[in-house]
Amino acid sequence: MSNQIQEMHNRLDVAPGDEEEVRVGPRLLGYAVGLGLAILLTATSFFVADTDLVWQPSIPVAIVVLAIAQMGVHLVFFLHITTGADNTNNVLALGFGLLIVFLVIGGSLWIMANLNHNMMPMDQIMKMQR
Amino acid sequence: MTDTTLAFGQGDPHHLRGMQESVLAHDGPAPKRIVTGYGFWIFLLSDIVMFSCFFASYAVLVGQTAGGPRGSQLFDLKTVAVETGCLLLSSFTCGLASIAADVRNERGFQAAMAVTCVLGLAFLALEGREFADFVARGAGPTRSAFLSSFFALVGCHGLHVSAGILWLLTMMAQVFAKGFRADILRRLLCFALFWHALDIIWVAVFSVVYLFGSAV
Repeated sequence: MSNQIQEMHNRLDVAPGDEEEVRVGPRLLGYAVGLGLAILLTATSFFVADTDLVWQPSIPVAIVVLAIAQMGVHLVFFLHITTGADNTNNVLALGFGLLIVFLVIGGSLWIMANLNHNMMPMDQIMKMQR
Repeated sequence: MTDTTLAFGQGDPHHLRGMQESVLAHDGPAPKRIVTGYGFWIFLLSDIVMFSCFFASYAVLVGQTAGGPRGSQLFDLKTVAVETGCLLLSSFTCGLASIAADVRNERGFQAAMAVTCVLGLAFLALEGREFADFVARGAGPTRSAFLSSFFALVGCHGLHVSAGILWLLTMMAQVFAKGFRADILRRLLCFALFWHALDIIWVAVFSVVYLFGSAV
């Protein structure tokens, strides 16, 4: 009975990093594909950062997009976070983490930019202190 | 009356009763491997949230150079590219180590972990050289708010890599001494997650700090 339950759990839940596949060949291929994609994306973003071939204002956007794509590649091929039903808990936790990350970074940038914008020029502050 | 209306009528709006009989017979907690992995995943996410604070402070302070050097005057993208290569390859060999552990191939495991360790140390050596070079050029963490936040962010990642290498050596020793026991395998799962997560953070670091710093 307990074996049966164990088997059911193994079918229903997956720890982050766990893989469905047990055979060595496909798993090896998975890591190799992940490495290949990661190197490709890294090489592209290093190339884009240091070239005159693309429209200059698009470079930051390109770097951000490439970085997000590469993080996705790492999550899928190395950490094995998938969208499968057995992975729901892991994805939910990841979603919550991302929400906090965006709130912290976006909120800080927004508030600090506003403060900078509304702050009196430095020489006037100096004058007031006198 | 259909089953659905019956379920509503009897206070079972989510149809749990039928599922319990068929598939979802959850008696007791999930196996330890899944609980451990999930708990460690939560830790990693909180670590990423902590890094996001460092990223936020870096992004806010990146322009505050106080007359000191800016990123584009300091960063050497070649070093960063080699560092990135080291970390990416080490992530791959770490994956090889987890495959070897799953098929109980101890020699392959130790070899893959040793390569991972060497690549991690190479990364740390390059980073250390870069930091020493900055300090020697008068661009230490005390020079400006920009450099303080730079050293805090990149140094924090470096500290994580150092801790990861200590953990890696511990795991090599534990597998050597105790073999592939269930508890050791759980620790290996957590270690692999940690190492791969460091890679994700490094992707953000080289994009936001180094590539932005030299391109923009």
